[in-house]
Amino acid sequence: MADLILNNLSLILPETVLTVTVMLVVLAHLFDRRDDTVVHYLSLLGLLGAMYALTGKMGENLSAFNGMLAVDPFSLFFKLVILLSTVVVVLMSRHSAEVRAERGLQGEYYFLLLSMALGMMFMVGASNLLMMYLALEMTSLTSYVAAGFTRKAKDSAEASLKYLLYGAFSSGVMLYGISILYGLTGTLHLAGINQALMQGSVNGLGLAVSSLLIMVGFGYKISAVPFHYWTPDVYEGAPVTVTAFLSVASKAAGFAMMMRAFAVMFTDTAAQLPAGAWAFVQGIPLQHVLVVLAVATMTLGNLVALWQDNVKRMLAYSSIAQAGYMLLGVLVLGHDGAAAVMVYFAVYLFMNLGAFLVVMLVANTIGSEHVDDYKGLGKKAPLLSVAMAVFLVSLTGLPPTAGFIGKWMIFLSLINAKMVGVAVIGVINSVVSLYYYVRVIRNMFLREQEKPTGTVFRLPAAQVILLLSLLIPTLYFGLFFNELVEFAQYSVTMFGVR
Amino acid sequence: MEQTFLNIGILTWLTFLPVVGMIVVLLLPKEQKTAVRWTSLAFTLAQVVFAGILFAKFDRNLAGVNSAETMQFTELFNWISVKSTAWFGTIKIDYYLGVDGISMPMVLLTALISCIAVISSWNIEKSVKGYFALLLLLDTGMMGVFVALDFFLFYIFWEVMLLPMYFLIGVWGGPRREYAAIKFFLYTLLGSVLLLLAMLALYFSVTVVDPASGERIHTFNMMAMMNPANYDPQSLLAGAHTYWRYVAYLAVFIGFAIKVPIFPFHTWLPDAHVEAPTAISVILAGVLLKMGTYGLLRIAFPIFPDAALYYLYPLAFVGFINIIYGAFCAMAQKDFKKLIAYSSVSHMGIVILGMAAMNTQGMLGGMMQMFNHGTITAMLFLIVGVIYDRTHTRGLDDFGGLMNKMPKYSGIMVVAFFAAIGLPGLSGFISEAFSFLGAFQTFRWLTVASAFGIVLTAGYMLWTLQRVFLGTLPEKWNGLTDVTGRELVMLVPLGIIVLVLGVYPNLMLDVMNTSANALVDFVKAGGGMAVGN
Repeated sequence: MADLILNNLSLILPETVLTVTVMLVVLAHLFDRRDDTVVHYLSLLGLLGAMYALTGKMGENLSAFNGMLAVDPFSLFFKLVILLSTVVVVLMSRHSAEVRAERGLQGEYYFLLLSMALGMMFMVGASNLLMMYLALEMTSLTSYVAAGFTRKAKDSAEASLKYLLYGAFSSGVMLYGISILYGLTGTLHLAGINQALMQGSVNGLGLAVSSLLIMVGFGYKISAVPFHYWTPDVYEGAPVTVTAFLSVASKAAGFAMMMRAFAVMFTDTAAQLPAGAWAFVQGIPLQHVLVVLAVATMTLGNLVALWQDNVKRMLAYSSIAQAGYMLLGVLVLGHDGAAAVMVYFAVYLFMNLGAFLVVMLVANTIGSEHVDDYKGLGKKAPLLSVAMAVFLVSLTGLPPTAGFIGKWMIFLSLINAKMVGVAVIGVINSVVSLYYYVRVIRNMFLREQEKPTGTVFRLPAAQVILLLSLLIPTLYFGLFFNELVEFAQYSVTMFGVR
Repeated sequence: MEQTFLNIGILTWLTFLPVVGMIVVLLLPKEQKTAVRWTSLAFTLAQVVFAGILFAKFDRNLAGVNSAETMQFTELFNWISVKSTAWFGTIKIDYYLGVDGISMPMVLLTALISCIAVISSWNIEKSVKGYFALLLLLDTGMMGVFVALDFFLFYIFWEVMLLPMYFLIGVWGGPRREYAAIKFFLYTLLGSVLLLLAMLALYFSVTVVDPASGERIHTFNMMAMMNPANYDPQSLLAGAHTYWRYVAYLAVFIGFAIKVPIFPFHTWLPDAHVEAPTAISVILAGVLLKMGTYGLLRIAFPIFPDAALYYLYPLAFVGFINIIYGAFCAMAQKDFKKLIAYSSVSHMGIVILGMAAMNTQGMLGGMMQMFNHGTITAMLFLIVGVIYDRTHTRGLDDFGGLMNKMPKYSGIMVVAFFAAIGLPGLSGFISEAFSFLGAFQTFRWLTVASAFGIVLTAGYMLWTLQRVFLGTLPEKWNGLTDVTGRELVMLVPLGIIVLVLGVYPNLMLDVMNTSANALVDFVKAGGGMAVGN
């Protein structure tokens, strides 16, 4: 037993590095509660270390801890997305007025961020339902606290509580589904469940019900309609940094977990399909459910975003809509759809975090997230405004920005699967989304500030560098996406899948 | 045939010169307004020179259209090449530029109109730097659309144009600029996403042999999409006259129809024109609308010849509606600019009708009309701009008796107006005559009915002339001055083109003739596929 653990520990070196960092952060915080410099750089160092350790796992396709975790290209890709977004968020947090206002709690803040990241890294690797559940809970519990981090703000507390209630409920439902599936198949390993399903002796109704119940858990994590109700309130109430983190990393982890569950557990391995296509085992109604979820998610996300006046809340609904587009890639059920989702995430990482970064920097100076307060920003803070415009145009999916490539890959896989109807709904949705994204751009450039105030934008150099390092990839990947797509296509390989 | 300058192909120069100009403009300090203007002018002038070289060296005997060999000045580089996997073929996108008789006149027009737009923007005072930077970016987008032979590249250029246009209308426009700008943006985006889906469906339907590896790969090459032999029999768009081919054609058609704009997708146009600053109206009418009809010629017709033939009559019919409806709307306008905008709708109808005739005369007429309308309407909008700059009103009823006050102005305006009416000896006559001549052979009664539009055009144009020039001069305009040197510089070249092409149309017809014939033959033959009708 001890041997097994020791042997496998090297496989989860990135996670180990991160765990050690988490502990060090707690310790460092004990010594000096006032200054956040130490914990900040410690977190950064730990994250970079974990990333370095991760690159060492490139190309491995193994299973660790008796099939509990998979260490494969698929998990590596998502771990990279999660770690990168954690780095960005940690860098953002250094100059977040909201976070800094909570004096003496910085250590806890970084502890929470890193723990969330750790939980997410386990989520993307989990290849056992129990492991999935545990990782999900680890992420969720820390997220609840992080969402309520700004203790004095009422909406932050509300966000935290709402998040907790929804989270507890949906993970309970998911657990119920898992228990039914366990009863039907006698195992919790994804591959084992698949074997049992392929033998065909499983009760059809039970299987359908349990798969739907498990889907609730996934739907909650990726905030798909109708499990999205927590999202706007949490995103609005939580500090911007946490919101940014939740909207990218948490979503990535949820999608990764869901796709692995579909590809490994629910795929009909005996079906005669073209290479790279998946199909659900007979009796699992999830493809239709996914179509309905995707269409509902993007349509509702977009339509409600049209009415939002708070930019943060607007971005919350936009991220719901974005999840809808990504679901389009999942419902194709195949390697090409999965690769498209992964490209989308890589791109989404830059553009969405970029948009939130601008929101944070603007809020730092003018103390508001209201869209009307963005009026005339184009003149006062040209760099911020141009960057924001690029991020928003990219979120809309217009060339020559990276967002277009993400959408393009999704629609490529949809048309390849001849799902024209869904694709049409998808593209019309992106036309609708233009309206609310452009609303911010309009206020920044087309409108003048009504009551001129003397606010001067002073951006810390570190934040300008961060902004540029999010902006440049957003433009670069729009025109040169060779490597990105190749990396994503290489990374669809999951342990145990042909 | 290749033409390079400093080892870079001439089409790349043409397309990306404005972007270089944009970068230079952005690097200039904000206060140097004059420097910004002169830089923009220098770059657009250089573009005109390149376009002139292209026009001179263009081989009039090569057809282009569906044959890659007879495309001229081609540049082909590998842009995106994603390695193939077991479950997904390679993704190969080329940087593929070239011109033929369809695009050559448009390239010339784009360079010319962009340069004139810069001159007419001289009096812009608000955020000069941003304005010219966006204008130059817009220029690149437009030029790229006309020279791209790879569908993906075409689409990128097509979309690149949207954002600068949004800002140019939205920031520097009239009172209702925000509404007009977002309406333009949403309409065009709606059209282009349909285009996107059709493009993807085409991509998966067409395979060609990759010269590098020898395997069959999907491609965005437009010429490959025109060859029915390249279609994979199992694919969505294989065969001829299938349900999906019709659907895809309609998607592409709507994408382009919104740009033209074809009734009932035209409602963005009057708003955009009225609110846009003069130079942007000139670009809108002069170049942007042609991108719609160009798209039909370059993509919709030759890639979907079966569907194009099937929908020929409906196409002619919307052309007829455009002509008559546009003319009636123009007649009812009291706003000078709106009148010109609706006259554009009417005149683009003639392009559509001529193209729908699907014979040499009609096609040539349509293509010629694209160029002529570009020059004539640009003149008309400039003329409105001149008077608006002086009086800050565009109400037709506010004027009268300007003939004596502004003689030079009136002379130019008369030329432009008579060209728009289609008076023999001016360029508009040639193209309209050809369009109607061609259409008459195919759709007899529809053409007769459409020709009534010419009477209407003469009606509202002459009425406008009367309202503006004749009668008595209102007292308040006693201080009006005639056109300035700068205004002459932008108006006279266009006037000369209108006159020269009216007397010697072969100058332009020569360029288009071979390609127009080839396109008609190709489409009529159903693109080489067995057409059942």
